[in-house]
Amino acid sequence: MASAPDPVTSAPAASVRGLSRAFAGRTVLAGLDLDIAAGEFVALIGRSGSGKSTLLRALAGLDREVTGQLSVAGPVSVAFQEPRLVPWKTVLANVTLGLRVADPQAAARTALAEVGLAERASAWPLTLSGGEAQRASLARALVREPRLLLLDEPFSALDALTRITTHRLVVALWARYQPAVLLVTHDVDEALTLADRVLVLGDGRITSSSPVTVARPRDRDHPDLVALRLKLLTELGVPAGETN
Amino acid sequence: MPETAEEGLITSDQAALPTALLSSDTRAPARSPGRRWRGYRLISPIVAVGLWQAASSTGILPASKLASPASIAHTAYTLVVTNSPAYGTLQASLLASCERWAVGLAIGVTVAVLLAVITGLSRIGEATLDPILQLLRGIPLLGLIPLFIVWFGIGELPKVLFVVLAALFPMYVATFAGIRGVDAKLGELGQVLGLRRREMIRHIVLPGALPAALTGLQLSVVFSLIALVVGEQINATSGLGFMITQAEQFLNTPVIMVALIVYAILGLLANGAVRLLERKALAWRRDFGQ
Repeated sequence: MASAPDPVTSAPAASVRGLSRAFAGRTVLAGLDLDIAAGEFVALIGRSGSGKSTLLRALAGLDREVTGQLSVAGPVSVAFQEPRLVPWKTVLANVTLGLRVADPQAAARTALAEVGLAERASAWPLTLSGGEAQRASLARALVREPRLLLLDEPFSALDALTRITTHRLVVALWARYQPAVLLVTHDVDEALTLADRVLVLGDGRITSSSPVTVARPRDRDHPDLVALRLKLLTELGVPAGETN
Repeated sequence: MPETAEEGLITSDQAALPTALLSSDTRAPARSPGRRWRGYRLISPIVAVGLWQAASSTGILPASKLASPASIAHTAYTLVVTNSPAYGTLQASLLASCERWAVGLAIGVTVAVLLAVITGLSRIGEATLDPILQLLRGIPLLGLIPLFIVWFGIGELPKVLFVVLAALFPMYVATFAGIRGVDAKLGELGQVLGLRRREMIRHIVLPGALPAALTGLQLSVVFSLIALVVGEQINATSGLGFMITQAEQFLNTPVIMVALIVYAILGLLANGAVRLLERKALAWRRDFGQ
């Protein structure tokens, strides 16, 4: 009974068919199809206003007005663009918030240790640096052992150095816990650094899906990545020559 | 330029510690001049009391209109040590007044928070209860005295009820606004974390409304004290207000002054208590500034 492959974990982490959403008559998602395999790291890029966050909010169950089919394997966790730590709760209490396991405190401490925040467990969120706050937010998302982790531009407000260390941390945590990840970003380089597959969202649909086969950690100047970057930027409507 | 540089450092992990050290170093000397001036704050009240005493001693200020500070102090002392048939003792009056105030304030604030939770969290609650509360809020409280006497007589009930109403409305309005003002993004977060409704109220909504509610509490304390002073003078048989009405009949201004000063001290103490509560309850905010 234990030897058979687990049908639950091999099922797709998310499966979306014909997803549509309009805001006040303006169509943002128009019959979008999307599959995310279990444990797959997918990055979603698109111009601003293309509906990236709308799709993520639909997957998170935060948008009840989408139409179409949407099936998501739970549990789902979200790390938002702003870390959204509850300011009147300590870092530890933020991580244990709504956590339903036998020993939430111990689980939260382990998660905080993994993101390198063990010493800040009793700190108030407003005293954290931007990088620390985002790491606390990641710990809060991961402690729930999600099958699908939704990352809504969580690195965009970080300075360049902190962003690099946080990227590495996310890849390490993903490798250890193997959740499927959907990373929404406007940064092509970030998508190419992190993801197994880069999706482009345009006109309310996924317009392209590009696998990234280069082994991690990735060198930015790897010829495959350079070629892929050019292709993606062209798709996003950035003319060649403006990429630097 | 230096300010933006410091703000920039806050977002970087490596710089977090030096920034904290830097700010505590630069702030310590900046704060001490404020402390140094604290002693000077006593000068103007002392001078004022001194001038008042001088005006009384020289007869410029007749004792029949306003007693001198010395005679007020002496009256206060006498009221504490002797149980006079006209006034009783000061401490007994103080206790009676505090009891009315505490009971009225506690009931008023509790009811206000319950009402604000109902109207703040449910649209139906808001639609049914809020219009009535806004209507009642519009009625001038002092104008209710004659009606209260007709309805409730001249016992304890109208006096306490008066304090209740005075405490209720500022607290209600502030708490309601606080609940509605809770960051919607934190509500979404609670949803994503799978919080149940009760957990959402306990962990997100109520703590989020607390800063506004405490501001309301400060107003409630002040307004309910005013209501106490006024309400206590309706045919009271105990309390500071009773002292004042008795003294009025005997034209004893020192006793009236003593009672007023005690009221003022009560107000200051209560305000200090709320501020202390604020500092404790909102520690998460205070640390941000340090």
